[in-house]
Amino acid sequence: MTAAVFFGCAFIAFGPALALYIFTIATEPLRVIFLIIGAFFWLVSLLFSSLFWFMARTITDNKDGPIQKYLLILGVLVSVLIQEMFRFMYYKLLKKASEGLKSINPDETAPSMRLLAYVSGLGFGIMSGVFAFVNTLSDSLGPGTVGIHGDSPQFFLNSGAYPLIEKTRLNKTFMTLVIILLHVFWGIIFFDGCEKKKWSALLVVLLTHLLVSALTFISPHYGINLVSTYIIMVLMGIWAFFVAGGSCRSLKFCLLCQDKDFLLFNQRSR
Amino acid sequence: MIFPSRDFKVLSGFSSDLEARGVLCSPEPGTSQGRAMLTFMASDSEEEVCDERTSLMSAESPPPRCCQEARQGLEDGENAAQWRSQDSEEDLDDADRYVCSGVPGQPLGLEEELTLKYGAKHVIMLFVPVTLCMIVVVATIKSVRFYTEKNGQLIYTPFTEDTPSVGQRLLNSVLNTLIMISVIVAMTIFLVVLYKYRCYKFIHGWLIMSSLMLLFLFTYIYLGEVLKTYNVAMDYPTLFLTVWNFGAVGMVCIHWKGPLVLQQAYLIMISALMALVFIKYLPEWSAWVILGAISVYDLVAVLCPKGPLRMLVETAQERNEPIFPALIYSSAMVWTVGMAKLDPSSQGALQLPYDPEMEDSYDSFGEPSYPEVFEPPLPGSPEGELEEEEERGVKLGLGDFIFYSVLVGKAAATGSGDWNTTLACFVAILIGLCLTLLLLAVFKKALPALPISITFGLIFYFSTDNLVRPFMDTLASHQLYI
Repeated sequence: MTAAVFFGCAFIAFGPALALYIFTIATEPLRVIFLIIGAFFWLVSLLFSSLFWFMARTITDNKDGPIQKYLLILGVLVSVLIQEMFRFMYYKLLKKASEGLKSINPDETAPSMRLLAYVSGLGFGIMSGVFAFVNTLSDSLGPGTVGIHGDSPQFFLNSGAYPLIEKTRLNKTFMTLVIILLHVFWGIIFFDGCEKKKWSALLVVLLTHLLVSALTFISPHYGINLVSTYIIMVLMGIWAFFVAGGSCRSLKFCLLCQDKDFLLFNQRSR
Repeated sequence: MIFPSRDFKVLSGFSSDLEARGVLCSPEPGTSQGRAMLTFMASDSEEEVCDERTSLMSAESPPPRCCQEARQGLEDGENAAQWRSQDSEEDLDDADRYVCSGVPGQPLGLEEELTLKYGAKHVIMLFVPVTLCMIVVVATIKSVRFYTEKNGQLIYTPFTEDTPSVGQRLLNSVLNTLIMISVIVAMTIFLVVLYKYRCYKFIHGWLIMSSLMLLFLFTYIYLGEVLKTYNVAMDYPTLFLTVWNFGAVGMVCIHWKGPLVLQQAYLIMISALMALVFIKYLPEWSAWVILGAISVYDLVAVLCPKGPLRMLVETAQERNEPIFPALIYSSAMVWTVGMAKLDPSSQGALQLPYDPEMEDSYDSFGEPSYPEVFEPPLPGSPEGELEEEEERGVKLGLGDFIFYSVLVGKAAATGSGDWNTTLACFVAILIGLCLTLLLLAVFKKALPALPISITFGLIFYFSTDNLVRPFMDTLASHQLYI
């Protein structure tokens, strides 16, 4: 429609991910590689989910009707399961790689598992967000008739469909943002659970992922869906913060610019 | 082909570039201008390309530099043995580790860290240009309509795909592929023969003509189409000035000396231009079958003992000669100017203007023979120390760039306006490149860069287009998120 809509939606959806990438990942080549491998794992999980859905559809002979909707819901839930499975497989791969690196180089230089958890979560999130949103983004650069073929924009304006299109696009934008951040937090929690053999953490990650996907089923009510997803994201964020080793004290020091790194950097004492 | 600058690993984009050059030179029905020139160039470029590719072998490249120069000779011998049996991680510079392994006072951890850092850094040094090339191609495909219009076919793919039946279409595309691949094989073998009989002037002239055509003619056409798309008027004097400057600087940078970044940028641009030509003139099914066939050919040509590319590399290695410029993208600069070790290279039959970067690019085919042949630099020489930090790089043949971009460009052109397919192919190719570089670090010899990436790319293209796209579209239309 316009460049303004395009850039606005793009930066809302991908701004935080881009910032995280630029400030934490782009500087280290190894992290970039792990990010891309994480994105690849998500892609493969999506491939398997699509294969499952496709097979389910062919088995039911593509009949239209409520069965398609149920199949879609089943497809979504199976997809979430497969994504978490691939997250686990990525964890196993990284564990093996770290051990390999450690055996070659006893003096530890390889990235820590926490860092890899963050990077893998970001990789999953970016790929997931991009796949969900990029088609909508590119459509918004077009003549503004999202999803309509052949009608003139004028007709479209007069038909009163614009508000719905706008609402849809905005909903997608904010959902993409929250999904990316959620994947980051889920990655951190998941890997920590695997490291400490706390299988309850894995279960909670899986359940919240299922919950977030299930919330999107109540599709006309964007408000409830979005707000609850954001609440879940904040909760996951807090949990991930504590899992990653943060504490209220360290947070306070960070905010008051009194944390160790900042002080060392400025050579002051607390 | 791909290979590290110091190690003798070459990934064979070489043959593909060769083919690309040859095909590039074929007369295009759509463009009447330069047809004669194109036909003339056709036979030459391909061979040239082949030669260039093989030049990648590190006939003269200095051995991996160790902190302690004095141990160079000793370690070179060790390296040759160690490299083969090495089971390393994904860094390219395991050789460094082995080279320095005997150095006293050097903690093993530090060396490991260096190699790991170098390894990942080199992967990124290849990711960036490959990504840039793909971005240029995809951006052009999505915006300039010229490159998605059907305007005839190359002479190398004479069978049309406008046939009523699916079986006929498949047969035609397979026949097209056979013709194309046999032309490429013939060109490669001709190139090997030329190289073996030291027809350097012929090869060199070929290369220059080929670059001239790319930098001037194809840039002119490209610029014309871009201006048409955005409806921008440009008068002929301005156009002439622009194209002249662009082409002249490109020729100087690629074939002589120039800033590394500028040279890399030019190589990326000419790869993108060639990829666009392929995307335009290869019919759909033929393009996919050709991509598959060329990966197989690449594998065979680089790895089989009697493969033409391998023979080229070994010949260049035996002669300790530098490879021709303009066919290899190198990711790092080698400060070998003024080094004593340069003498063997300048003694080669080919007297090219010295290009520090090119020196480095053309190493790495026969690592076993390299240590014996090459003189280690003077111990304690300052340049050696300097070089140690910056020297290691990886070289990738331009044909690899071209065929990666062809795959992604075709996905963008025919993926029914879908960005997901393009992105999936992009990630698949990067992962393939990563795996290839990992194998490079493990095997430490010239490797074909096409097979793994193209295989992944093809798998992901077809599966994303047919399986993932309907799923994602259905999800998007219901506003569901997974």
